[in-house]
Amino acid sequence: MEYIIKNGNVYDPLNKIDGEKVDISIKDGKIVDSVSADAKEIDASGQIVMPGGIDPHTHIAGAKVNVGRLIRPEDSKKDTEFSKPDSGKRAGTGFSVPSTFMTGYRYAQMGYTTAMEAAMPPLLARHTHEEFHATPILDHAAFTLLGNNWFIMQYLKEGDIDKAATYASWIIKATKGYAIKIVNPGGTEAWGWGGNVHGIDDPTPYFDITGGEIIRGLAEVNEMLRLPHSIHLHCNDLGHPGNYETTLASLDLPKGIKVDPVTGSRKTSVHATHIQYHSYGGTNWRDFVSEAPTIADYVNKNDHITIDIGQVTLDETTTMTADGPMEYDIHTLNGLKWANCDIELETGSGIVPFIYSPKAPVPSVQWAIGLELFLLVDDASKVCMTTDSPNGGPFTRYPRVFSWLMSNKAREDMLENKVHKWAEKRTSLATIDREYSFYDIAQISRSSPAVVLGLSDTKGHLGVGADADIAIHNFNIDNQDPSADYGAIESSFQRSSYVFKDGKIVVQDGEVTIPNHHGRTFWVDSLYNAELEKQVVSEVENVFKQYYSVNFENYPVQDEYVLKPAPINGIKEAGK
Amino acid sequence: MNEVVLTPKEQPYVPIETSTIKPDDFANKSIDEIKDLEVWYGNTSSKIGDFFDVEGESGPTPAETNILIDGDVYNTKRIGQGMTDGKITVNGNVNMYVGAEMEGGIITVNGNADSWAGQDMRGGELIINGNARDYVGSSYRGDWRGMTGGIITIKGNAQNEVAEYMLGGKLIIQGDVRHMPGVHMNGGLLVIEGNVISRPGGEMKNGTIVIKGIVSEFLPGFEYHGIEKDLNIQGESIKGSFYKFKGDFSEKGPDGTVYVAVAGNNHIVP
Amino acid sequence: MEIHEDVPCPFCGTICDDIICKVEGDEVVSTQNACRIGNAKFVHAEGAERYKKPMIRKSGELVEVSMDEAVEEAAKMLVESKRPLMYGWSSVDCDAQSVGVELAEESFAVIDNTATVCHGPSLLAVHDVGYPVCTLGEVKNRADVVIYWGCNPLHAHPRHFSRHVFSRGFFRERGRSDRTVIVVDPRESDTSKLADVHVQVEFDKDYELLDAIRTALRGKKILYEQVAGVPRETIEATVELLKKAQFGILFFGMGITHSRGKNRNIDAGIRTIQDLNAHAKFTLIPMRGHYNVNGFNQVCTWETGYPFCVDFADGSAKYNPGETGSNDLLQNKETDGMFVIGADPGAHFPQKALEVMAEIPVVTIEPHRTPTTELSDVIIPPAFVGIETEGTAYRMDGIPIKMKKLVETDLLSDKEILVRILTRVRELKASK
Repeated sequence: MEYIIKNGNVYDPLNKIDGEKVDISIKDGKIVDSVSADAKEIDASGQIVMPGGIDPHTHIAGAKVNVGRLIRPEDSKKDTEFSKPDSGKRAGTGFSVPSTFMTGYRYAQMGYTTAMEAAMPPLLARHTHEEFHATPILDHAAFTLLGNNWFIMQYLKEGDIDKAATYASWIIKATKGYAIKIVNPGGTEAWGWGGNVHGIDDPTPYFDITGGEIIRGLAEVNEMLRLPHSIHLHCNDLGHPGNYETTLASLDLPKGIKVDPVTGSRKTSVHATHIQYHSYGGTNWRDFVSEAPTIADYVNKNDHITIDIGQVTLDETTTMTADGPMEYDIHTLNGLKWANCDIELETGSGIVPFIYSPKAPVPSVQWAIGLELFLLVDDASKVCMTTDSPNGGPFTRYPRVFSWLMSNKAREDMLENKVHKWAEKRTSLATIDREYSFYDIAQISRSSPAVVLGLSDTKGHLGVGADADIAIHNFNIDNQDPSADYGAIESSFQRSSYVFKDGKIVVQDGEVTIPNHHGRTFWVDSLYNAELEKQVVSEVENVFKQYYSVNFENYPVQDEYVLKPAPINGIKEAGK
Repeated sequence: MNEVVLTPKEQPYVPIETSTIKPDDFANKSIDEIKDLEVWYGNTSSKIGDFFDVEGESGPTPAETNILIDGDVYNTKRIGQGMTDGKITVNGNVNMYVGAEMEGGIITVNGNADSWAGQDMRGGELIINGNARDYVGSSYRGDWRGMTGGIITIKGNAQNEVAEYMLGGKLIIQGDVRHMPGVHMNGGLLVIEGNVISRPGGEMKNGTIVIKGIVSEFLPGFEYHGIEKDLNIQGESIKGSFYKFKGDFSEKGPDGTVYVAVAGNNHIVP
Repeated sequence: MEIHEDVPCPFCGTICDDIICKVEGDEVVSTQNACRIGNAKFVHAEGAERYKKPMIRKSGELVEVSMDEAVEEAAKMLVESKRPLMYGWSSVDCDAQSVGVELAEESFAVIDNTATVCHGPSLLAVHDVGYPVCTLGEVKNRADVVIYWGCNPLHAHPRHFSRHVFSRGFFRERGRSDRTVIVVDPRESDTSKLADVHVQVEFDKDYELLDAIRTALRGKKILYEQVAGVPRETIEATVELLKKAQFGILFFGMGITHSRGKNRNIDAGIRTIQDLNAHAKFTLIPMRGHYNVNGFNQVCTWETGYPFCVDFADGSAKYNPGETGSNDLLQNKETDGMFVIGADPGAHFPQKALEVMAEIPVVTIEPHRTPTTELSDVIIPPAFVGIETEGTAYRMDGIPIKMKKLVETDLLSDKEILVRILTRVRELKASK
């Protein structure tokens, strides 16, 4: 099937197209130069056209996501989707943690076509992939958790970076993972004993390695393996007042490492995720203030870093992370139900419901800090749109965040009428009048994540050769002013008028039309050094015999767990 | 005041489920429109007229609309769910969720009710003149915020976990209950005029439970505070002498109170 | 003869994956490492009659029929029932469970698994207060205090002890002697005989004891001198012991999920573990029975948002155990047609439920003659997962394991049978 999209205002930052009317031709799932006269014409007059959205950090598939659903039937009940058996559309539930089918539908309805599961424990990797099976439409990948992994900590402690790189390349392959994810390095291992680490210089028990050493070591490993994505870093001290110093110190560690990925065009050596939660000043919740300007200044002055925000949307939501000790802290703070799962030799996780009330001082400041970061970092190619869904709020709120970014009036309305006065007093938000353009929005939600993930050859733009993942939103730039009509921004991004996935119309007029289209699983297939890999795998096998509760043979994710594999070829024998 | 009379035809083997039997849905509608309102019969969409003869006339607003269900509707669920005003009277038994999420108005059941009567109630009045089963005035699964307002009166007995996660309002049970009344309670008033088998106030953090009958077994997480006479709680004046307990200290910093009649309960005093 | 190594065992929720199976022709003839029960499952030594052909009850007698005819009858039952119930699912693989959820959705049915009669109360408690758990390797490597409450793993999960508690772990080099084992059980059992401490709680008083433990943990005085048959001082001393743990773990089973108060016992148990974390690292793991009972709860949760008891009557997923559980629907006479797979309600449901099963049409996917098949109108025998066909199963601690195929069979897998029924249900609905 061929299509041609005509008359739309196109925003395609990687091709420097800023609202011009450009025809987009689609054939065989790709964007092409031209199509035949038989191509179906889509008239996008008075609408904006963007590449499909890319979420570089979300929690949609895997063990802890499912426990998030399990512990919250009262959340599931809040949003319900009916099945339409004739169309193949499945039922679903869940506001903050939607069920899998609904996750695919809701992302697609907003014009998103790719989403990255940000935390996959190796031992439970099969679970993540099983949920991907049941998450339609979206292309996806999962980041393998390595920041508290015993092998990594041991090899780095011994100074054997080659073995650390070999293990990392093997475990990413074995779990069909995509990137190196670091969560509270050393802290989650300490949580195995009920403890935590504080800052980047606090050694974790027994392994006697610090968060800083793990970050620097894995950042080096990442570039030795020349992976498509940089290290994906959830810093130590998440959510603690005064943590911005830890954040700045952490971000400086990967500076200067040579970056030359095998694929894509990434030039950065660290991606700091949900940085809103890491930009806090003060010493406790009473003198808590924003340090977003300090963090934004660092990002502005340094080119080795990208960030995503983890914007708070002021909803009742469900927090979930591999940062086990942090979730326990939340549970003791708000007294709500707490789930946790420690995973042998590898990682952990925790889950707690959270009510970000706009009437309360701290959530209001968190909301403002996120927006400050968006608005104070000058170059939108360094910034990715996330709520760390569902932590800061569910991904279904992205359109609302866009409206806050594009309209100073929307923010004034929030500050004057909706949020606690601390948002104005403890942050600089009220003094910022920058408004995002659609081009900026296209950057933070499309091109920036595509580049930092190393997927910009085929994703995040509308040039020839790109996957035909395209979103059309009903907003007329000729007669609508985003700054004044911010409600229309939210509604037009909530329900796209058209969404193409691989050249097929999967959403029309906000409704899913092909509910069972299945997306690709990206994963990285690399080999650092065949000889060394044999040696490392045999060391791993020995450890399995004694200390794991499954047999080594049953550990790696079998090929059949990946329905539509899209392996990205990494280095081959680079470590020789 | 106008009245719509629903006379049940034979209740089917598989239950009927509907939240449309309430003044909010009936007000300002013709009898034919009321007959056309949707009910679920198992997994099929049906209409009120399939299961009830409908007569009378609705009022222009819910407040001016009475509904009389003249007969036994033991296999009909969710009668009066979410109603905000007006009256429902049932001359017979009802199935689960009568008056769930109710915000106003009055429901009177001249018969027995199944479980979850008055679940997540916000306001209004629910009177069951017979017995009720489990989870009267409770919350939905997983929610720590249950009933917040209104008054429920059960003239007969109820069973387990009444007033679970209750936050506000009043629940009065004139008969006996079984286990765990007021479990996880965090506000409001629960009065049990009859007996309790075990565990009143388990994991309660706040709110008040008054038990006039015999409590066979009491929990060890409470603190004994002596005898108090003639209580006045939430405008409710309760005569008699009561042992006072505070707790449940299995929870952090609890401020819950359980009063148990002195008569016949000496065995639960330490 | 072939030897298969690292075979996961399709019996209990431990899913030991170190079994060695010797295969001759289309049979497993012997095993190594498996426990007595696991071995019996592999070598078909249960003694039960194995069905090989679909059957339909005609004039009271079971008659062999073609697969097409059996599928037709099963599909008709689902399409014609006003409130079909699809129960079981705990001895089939996750792919089959996933097709099952789709079939339930397509049939506007209620779908429920065996948790309804085992750890259902635990799931209700998890909804209310949470779920602080760990994987079994954490127990082996770190645990110095191990509590068994209302369970007897020596009988129900025979290799649990040797694999995770007796064995040496990374931080527990001496294995069993590095650990304090506490058993809470009204009765003496083979497990309690291995314990360092046996707390003989009075029958049905688990909640009272937990309430006292939590009260003592907060430094408050327990109201009574004795709770649940245990002296106040003993409770206080036990609490002190727990507070000194480096890594504690609570395993619990049917002895506490089904004693008086059911879900509230587990609620208080989970809260106890959460409270203990103020002093010491503590986690818990429910001792799940069927090897893939957890798998169903996982699949059902990710597809619908709820772990079991899911009601698709109006095309959306609704949930309320107590109303939408199998026993609720049977005993309240709400269901008019039942589909059973991978479970034996005939042996495990109360009499009142069985009386209703006897009155309504019952379709059963089941390899053996069981009390359930005696009540069934249609029986379709599937291949055994983990022996005759492969698939995924979730261990009690949530680790997904790929089950292996060891021998050939002519029988269809559960998934293949379900897909055929689903296809036929769609055709019947379209022709309506």
